[in-house]
Amino acid sequence: MSVFDVQGLGVAYGSFTAVKDISLEIPRNKVTALIGPSGCGKSTVLRCLNRMNDLMDATVSGKIIYNGEDIYGPEVDAAEVRRRIGMVFQRPNPFPKSIYENVAFGPRLNGFKGDLDQLVEESLRSVALWDEVKDKLDDPGTALSGGQQQRLCIARAIAVQPDVLLMDEPCSALDPIATLKIEDLIRQLESSYSIVIVTHNMQQAARVSEMTAFFSVDIDDEHGMRTGALVEYDTTEKIFNNPGNTRTEDYISGRFG
Amino acid sequence: MSATLSRQRKRIADPAFRWFVTLAGASVFVILAGMVIRTTNDAWPIFQYQGFFSFLTGDQWLAGSSRTDSDFTGTYGAWPFIYGTLVTALIAIVIALPLALCVAFYINQLAPKRLRNPLSYSVEMLAAVPSIIFGMWGFFWLLPNVLRPFLEWLESTFGWINLAGWKPFEGPVFGSSYLAAGIVLAIMILPIITAIVREVIAVNPVDQQHAAYALGATRFEVMRKVVLPSSFSGIVAASMLGLGRAVGETVAVMMLIGSTKSWDGSLLSAGDSMAAHIAARFGEATPETTKALMAIGVVLFLFTMIINIGARLLVWRIGRVSGDAAV
Ligand SMILES: Nc1ncnc2c1ncn2[C@@H]1O[C@H](COP(=O)(O)OP(=O)(O)O)[C@@H](O)[C@H]1O
Ligand SMILES: [Mg+2]
Repeated sequence: MSVFDVQGLGVAYGSFTAVKDISLEIPRNKVTALIGPSGCGKSTVLRCLNRMNDLMDATVSGKIIYNGEDIYGPEVDAAEVRRRIGMVFQRPNPFPKSIYENVAFGPRLNGFKGDLDQLVEESLRSVALWDEVKDKLDDPGTALSGGQQQRLCIARAIAVQPDVLLMDEPCSALDPIATLKIEDLIRQLESSYSIVIVTHNMQQAARVSEMTAFFSVDIDDEHGMRTGALVEYDTTEKIFNNPGNTRTEDYISGRFG
Repeated sequence: MSATLSRQRKRIADPAFRWFVTLAGASVFVILAGMVIRTTNDAWPIFQYQGFFSFLTGDQWLAGSSRTDSDFTGTYGAWPFIYGTLVTALIAIVIALPLALCVAFYINQLAPKRLRNPLSYSVEMLAAVPSIIFGMWGFFWLLPNVLRPFLEWLESTFGWINLAGWKPFEGPVFGSSYLAAGIVLAIMILPIITAIVREVIAVNPVDQQHAAYALGATRFEVMRKVVLPSSFSGIVAASMLGLGRAVGETVAVMMLIGSTKSWDGSLLSAGDSMAAHIAARFGEATPETTKALMAIGVVLFLFTMIINIGARLLVWRIGRVSGDAAV
């Protein structure tokens, strides 16, 4: 069963078409990686999946079916979409509040009625941060290390009990050890969430994902247009060992084209 | 290549510049101290004659005519003016601050993109309009057309309210009044508060706003729970600037407050404020009254100082709790 069925997605920023004709089915409770050269529209596609692109004044065409419902449908509330489909950003962006308040922010916002302390603890445990911060929950989240901040941000996203986690290059601002920790975490979270991760690091995609979508830029020299497109989408295994498209092969093997 | 890292060129401009800048910095303190000492010095005989406390609380102001530093003949109770300043400034800030937050929020988040710049320029232009213009417009247009009917309505609807002896909306309605002055002051300080608040919320980190949106927050929630808390110190600063203007405003208040020396607590009655009274009377003042007006000036100065210190404390106490980046 797929969690997202993306059909003929196109995104334009003003008169600039960033991506077009993207169709793919993203499986439930698996990790799906979006890879490709910088500027090919990976973040753009990711931001469509929880309507964050609404905030960038993007024009979206096509359909994104989530649990049988088009999230760009006229009746849909974008805030509700985002509550179910959480997001972790490229740069760790904790609020300038305490560690506790960072995690509690989402549940409070959404009128959580249960035991907040317990929810905060569970969320921090599931990102393996609890033992490191349990004695300093009142310290500002911004005082943690980069890797800890990113795990805090993941805990914050998890605390609203979403269905899907979108991650946009979550390790690009982190050192190798912090990166490995986040990768371990992603693999553990896979059983409870559907995860879509953008990464420019191919080893990372190979390590954490089951499915990989390779994007590239179609260059139309005549009109000077550069539009992102989906080149190949398959199991990670196949994409990395036996790609069906020479552009994918060139990219994977480092001969970029 | 030179052998050492010691200075190779003579730099005359550096020390000169240092001296000049230091002098400019020091002059701030010199001017401030000079002003405080001089006015306090001039006002001192009045405080001695009247007693500082009874100067603040007395509600009779009868100008005397002594030409020396003693033999004063007047009675100096500045409470009517203090009350006028307090009440008009409070009315102004209570009306202006929430409105300013709304306008700034609108310009920043809701207004169509191509209207945002023209709107913020207009607000900034309004902030630069001299107060005499607000005063004239308030007196000749707003007062007869809007304020008077509004005050009459207040009087007939809420005139009965009695808070432990204080009847805020008791008649009769003259038009010129504390409330009329306070409302015009509110309109006057609205642009400057809006302009600053708009700027403060415009520089709020977009990262954090996105984090909140991604958790399911609406625009309004992002504003209330992310942008406003971390802009707290800027908003306090803007309010203090507005409050400072309202407290010190002279000419617009003079035109709308009614300038009476008798004191009545009702917001609908005419009164006077410290700044307005000083401005209205110093031209015709005898040496004795000049000193009395100086004494009002000292109190006014104390007021602004208290406002500023209060603002610092507020920012320091609440800003830390609410996670203001600037604290
Ligand atoms: N908010 C935006 N406004 C205008 N253009 C944008 C915006 N975001 C991305 N773009 C453009 O869209 C294209 C794809 O960008 P992006 O999705 O960020 O690519 P990637 O994440 O693969 O590097 C780029 O040419 C980029 O300049
Ligand atoms: Mg990107």
